[in-house]
Amino acid sequence: MKIAVTDQPLNPWKELANHEALLKDQAGKWGGLATFIGTMRDYNEGETIDALWLEHYPGMTENYLQRLAHTAHQRWEIVDTLILHRVGQIYPADTIVIIGVWSAHRAPAFEACRYLIEELKHRAPFWKQETCSQGCRWVTTNTPPYSAP
Amino acid sequence: MTITVKFFASLREQIGTNQLKLTLHTPLTMEQVWTSACPNTPLPEYLLMALNKEYVQADAIVKEGDEVAFFPPVTGG
Repeated sequence: MKIAVTDQPLNPWKELANHEALLKDQAGKWGGLATFIGTMRDYNEGETIDALWLEHYPGMTENYLQRLAHTAHQRWEIVDTLILHRVGQIYPADTIVIIGVWSAHRAPAFEACRYLIEELKHRAPFWKQETCSQGCRWVTTNTPPYSAP
Repeated sequence: MTITVKFFASLREQIGTNQLKLTLHTPLTMEQVWTSACPNTPLPEYLLMALNKEYVQADAIVKEGDEVAFFPPVTGG
């Protein structure tokens, strides 16, 4: 299980491959990897967005993500999880978040992945400030928590 | 006793500081800490709060050395 918040650019394909390489002792134990990769759009609410500033609460954010991962492991049969999230200045097409869930079967992999991204967006202490032609504005739209199918 | 109070994102801009120290004479609830820290600002309805980096409600009790944080709804991911 790996959780990290970073101000460095994220390459999702390298991060997923690097993490999977660390799981070599468990090779053959998983039958699938479900991923969610969040990427910055260049528009929001009718405006062109030039950049995004991502702020977090150091310590609390990492603790919260760790707890989400533990809950996912208790709730579904999964082999491992990876959660990486950017902070600082980012630009359109940059990766914001990477979630990977390795599991023996696709159903727990997909569901745990959806749980992690929905709960992260709903409650993990990150805040976005957009830069557009009219200046800077904080994003205020929070999204609902995970709900089981 | 001294506690640390932190503010994040738009709330930090509204309050005008990211952190302050408060000296308390008795334990207070989170809501009372808000009133002491921001006497001219009513507790916003949307406000989220954390005590020692864990989410809590407004009636949680704050003690010596604690770290309190107030912030707006989150928007990560």
